[in-house]
Parts: sequence; C-alpha cells; structure tokens
Amino acid sequence: MAAIATPGSFSGTRSNFRVCPVTTFKVDLAAERLIIWNAVTAIVALTLGGTYALLIALTRWPDIHLLDPGWFYRLLTGHGMNMLVFWMVFFEAAGLYFGACVLLNARLVGVKLAWVAYLLMLVGAVMVNVIILMGRADVMFSAYPPLEADPLFYLGYILFAVGAILVCCIFLATLVMARVERRYEGSVPLAVFGLLTAAIIALFTLASGAVALIPTLLWRLGIGTIDPGAYRVTFWGFGHSAQQVNLSAMIAIWYSLATLTVGSKPVNEKLSRFAFFLYILFINLGSMHHLLVDPGLGTMAKFFNTSYAMYLAVLGSLIHAFSIPAAVEVALRAKGYNKGLFGWLLNAPWKEPGFSSLMLSLFIFGFLGGPTGVVLGAGQLNLLAHNTWRITGHFHATVVGGTTLAFMGFTYYVIPLIFRRPLFAKPLVRWQPWVYGIGMALVSISMTWAGYLGTPRRHWDVTFADAAKVGIAVQLPSLTNLSLTVTGIGALLAVTGGILYVVICVGSLFMPKREARALDPMEA
Amino acid sequence: MTIATIWCFFMFFMLIGWYYLGQQNLPTRAVRITTTQFKALADKFIEDNKVGEEKGVPIVHPPAGSDVFVIAKKWQWTPILELEVGQTYTLHISSLDVQHGFSVQPNNINLQIFPGYDFIVQFTPNQVGEYSLICNEFCSVGHHTMTGKIIVK
Repeated sequence: MAAIATPGSFSGTRSNFRVCPVTTFKVDLAAERLIIWNAVTAIVALTLGGTYALLIALTRWPDIHLLDPGWFYRLLTGHGMNMLVFWMVFFEAAGLYFGACVLLNARLVGVKLAWVAYLLMLVGAVMVNVIILMGRADVMFSAYPPLEADPLFYLGYILFAVGAILVCCIFLATLVMARVERRYEGSVPLAVFGLLTAAIIALFTLASGAVALIPTLLWRLGIGTIDPGAYRVTFWGFGHSAQQVNLSAMIAIWYSLATLTVGSKPVNEKLSRFAFFLYILFINLGSMHHLLVDPGLGTMAKFFNTSYAMYLAVLGSLIHAFSIPAAVEVALRAKGYNKGLFGWLLNAPWKEPGFSSLMLSLFIFGFLGGPTGVVLGAGQLNLLAHNTWRITGHFHATVVGGTTLAFMGFTYYVIPLIFRRPLFAKPLVRWQPWVYGIGMALVSISMTWAGYLGTPRRHWDVTFADAAKVGIAVQLPSLTNLSLTVTGIGALLAVTGGILYVVICVGSLFMPKREARALDPMEA
Repeated sequence: MTIATIWCFFMFFMLIGWYYLGQQNLPTRAVRITTTQFKALADKFIEDNKVGEEKGVPIVHPPAGSDVFVIAKKWQWTPILELEVGQTYTLHISSLDVQHGFSVQPNNINLQIFPGYDFIVQFTPNQVGEYSLICNEFCSVGHHTMTGKIIVK
C-alpha cells in the first residue's frame, strides 16, 4: 500500500503515515526510514563483531591458537565494542523509534535531530573501529586507565554516546507529543513502558559514561590526571548499566513476542510495570559488583549495593521470568492445549522463529545468565571469580544468549512489517534461533567451567608457554584444555547461527517489496 | 507459605548477618602511595630478605609475621615470596604502571590492582606448596606472559 496523506486527525503535522494492513497501526514514514537505517547499521556491527568472535574463539581454542597476541587483543577490543555497544545501541535506537511511533500510532518528533543522532553514532562507531584496527587502542571495551588509547578512540566513544543520548531524548519527546496529540487511549502499552524504562536507564548510564570518558580524553590530551579507581566506579556505572538498558529492551521484546507469537496477555500488567520500575531504582547500584575486589572501597558500600540494591532489581527480573511463561501458558491453554501439566508446552509453536527465540532467550537468560550474575555479585564469591572466564560466561548468557537472541527473533517480525519484504530462506529461519541459542548456551556453560578452573578472561595463552620462556612457568588444571575446546565448539555453532541470521536479513533486503499478508513472519 | 516467608526474611537478614558471622569478608584496607614510594619500599624489602633467584626474579624469605611486598609491573610479579605455613603476613600489592589482576592459582583468589593504591591484605597460608600468580586484568600485549610465584614451606 502506498503512503497515504494524513487526514484531519493528524492536522498540524507534516508527517506522512501509512496504515499497516495486518496490524492496522499507522506508521510514520520518517520513523520507518530511521528504524530501517538504524537496524541495518546494527546488523553491520553484529557482522563485524561476529567475524572477530570467530577469530577470537579459534585463538582461545588451545589446539588451534589462530591469531598472534597483538591481533588477538586488538580484535577482542573490537569484538567488545561492536557487540556490547554498537550492535545493541543501534538496534535499540530502532526499537525506541518503533515503540514510540508504530506502537502508539504517533509521529516522530525531531526527525532531523534523529538523523543527526544517527550520524553522530555512525561517525563514533566508525572512528572507534578504525582506530582499533590501526592498533592504536588495544585497551579492551573497558579501557581502564592508565592503559592508553589514541584520544580519537575516546572521542569516538563520546560522539557515539552523545548520539545515543539524543535518541533517548527524541524518544521521550515523541512519547510526550503522542500523549498531547491523543494518539492512543489510556496508558502506554507494556512494551512501550519497558522501552521507556530502557530509555531512562540509558540516560543516567550515558551520563555516567560521560563522567568516565571525558576526563579520560582530557587526560590523554595532557589536561589533568585520572584516578584508576574513580574511573572504574564511573565507567561501570556506564558499562554495566548499559547492559541493563539491553535487559529492559529485551524484556519489552519478550512481552511483545509473547503477544505476537501466541497472542498472550500479561497475567498482571500492574505487577509487570512495577517490576520495570524496580529496575530504574536499583539496577544501576548493582553495577558496583564490578568493584568488589577493588582497593579503596568500603565493605558496606560494596555489600549494600550488590546485595540489597541488586537483589531488588533481581526481584523485578523474577517477576518477569514467571509472568511471561505464565502468560504464554494461559494463551496456549485458551487455544485448547490442556492435556496434562505440560501439554501446552509440547504443543507450542516451536517452529515459529519468534517463539523459539523468545523461549530460548528466556531459558538461557533465566537459567544461565541471571543466576550466574547473582552468584558473581556476592562479595565473598566474587573473590573466587573476578576477571576469570566465569564473568565472560555470565555475560554471554545474558547479553548474547538472552538479549541478542531476543533481538534476532524480533527482527523476523520487523522485516515483513516495517521493511515490508518477505523473509528470505524461510526453512533456515526455523533453525536459526536453535543453532544460535544452543551454541551460546554451550559457550556460556563451558566458559563458566573454565573460569572455575582458573582460566583468566582477556588472555591469549592459558598454557603459559611464552611465560615459561621469559619467566615463571604456570600450569592450570588439566581439564582446562577440554573446557576451552568445548567453548570453541559452542562458538563455531553460535557463529553458524549468527551467519544464518545475517544471511537471512541481508537476503530479505533483496526480496521484492510487498505488504505483509499475515502477522506470522513465516506466512507474511 | 509461612515457612517460605520466614525463610525469605531469614535469608534477607543473613546478607548482612554473614558479614559479621562469616569471617569471609573481602580485604578493604588500602592506602594511597605514589609508584616511586611503593617501589622504594618494595625494593628495600627485596634487598633485605633476598635468598635466591629464579630466572632473574628474586626469591625472598621474609621474617614470619612481617609486612611483605609484591610489585605488579609489565609483565612480572616480583618477587617470589617464600612464606612459612601457619604464620600471618601483611601483604602489600601495588602496580608501577597500569592496572593488573592479582590471581593466585590453583586457589583462584583474585584481586584488582591499581597504580597509586597500596592494597593491604592480611593472610595466613595454611597449606604447604607452590602457588602460581597470573595476571587476569589485560595489561597490554605481553599480558599473558605475566606470572609469578608464592612458595609456602
């Protein structure tokens, strides 16, 4: 359907809308273009980060040990930046525009500013990537001073963050304008509420990032000094809280996917909203678990933030973790799948990519990511896990097996409805979430195991062969090799799933454009 | 339901309770010190207590119960400490350059080490043996060659 000129009810604006034939949502075409550009850029970042992931995984697999140390640390920095920051935030920008405009039938406020934000983020991301590949910022995602990177690295980081702040402001302005123009009735839908949570957390997260990175940039330019402890406090106010933005966005997508795939309704919407509210209050304080074995911080500060504050945020997660499967169960039972305790689960649409992504993401986040995080956040236990591969195992279950997988599942709805193209290679789409999810689960479990055996993170050689040549030899337990090999195999599986995702997305971009015919992406 | 609620509150208070009862608290003593000051203190400690060398790394045997020093620098933990089992030592660790990760293997005990902060940890080795030190905070390209040793006799 072609774009339709907007009738009287939208007077006073110059926005053009089309009406989606499947969902009957009114879609602002300016927002739609921004959603497409941000989502495509996100997938480019994912492809880059995924290529690095493969090379890194093949290096940490002791029997392959592919890259030399210089390139290993360089690409590890690039992997962290592209995955944790660029892929996530570009996709979230697309998600915020989608939530504020499409779900509320609203127009995007500040379209030009949104393009400025996009360009700032793009320039920042390109700068960071180029500087890393030039070998002038081998400092990892965390860039702890006094380890030095090229000033342009911090500048790129900051430009990207400024763009992201603009996106959040545009999202908030669009919500307010949608309210003023009465584009929707009652409260905003739960998914938009979740995205609002993400945007609020993003704002104080990015502010914390500015407090960490701007003085670091100045220090590199020779102005002032930087305290390594103070940097870590403010950096992790950004670095970990940014993952809570991803968490909130992921849960908003979980609720959306549950509704889209099986037509479920939240069991108790007020409770779910309260759970999101708990995140806003407490989740940032939980970031202090990065600092549990730092010198210079008092025990009570560490314990209060990582016990009480973090657990109140975890309470929010538990509410979501029970209410989403419950909503799915209610919806499937209403369809007549009532046989026995688990008949509804057996008859669930497991071949539908949105549903399998949702359930795998829930399972991996709920059983691997969340619990490992709670354990690692306990002060006494953190002493045994800090900077080991247990940490890496934890966040590959949360941000990859959880968030990335949920984003992937959501993409399969966005492509027919927003890009207005049918999915490419539908038989592959059925398999993609499974290959990716099982691969990531294997990666996460084996990393946790290796870390338990003492394997450090961000480390080129756990056999310490080079160390033995120049200094003291070290021997980690003999099972370490096996655990690292399992990680390698899991990574190969996950990378295969990642390649499938990129092939499906890029292939779909070249499919003939047509309006979606059904909500189910396999039939649209 | 009642039991669950009581247990829930019990666990809730144990979060802080364990801090007083558990004897498993994290070390928190740290003082600011310049890298030059720390190097001077540690060098004097090494000179006074040196008993040998392994691959150019000094081995020191400090008096039982004394203050002992470990320097973190790219890419070596110096010196090798030779300690007596059952004695309590006060360990001072600091970095002379970037951040490092003090990691004792195979016990897997891990601390974050900064330049400019003397991290002070009281501890009593309770088992005879050789313990490896590795670095588990990325400290530039030779990071994986940064090792060290603690010997408990």
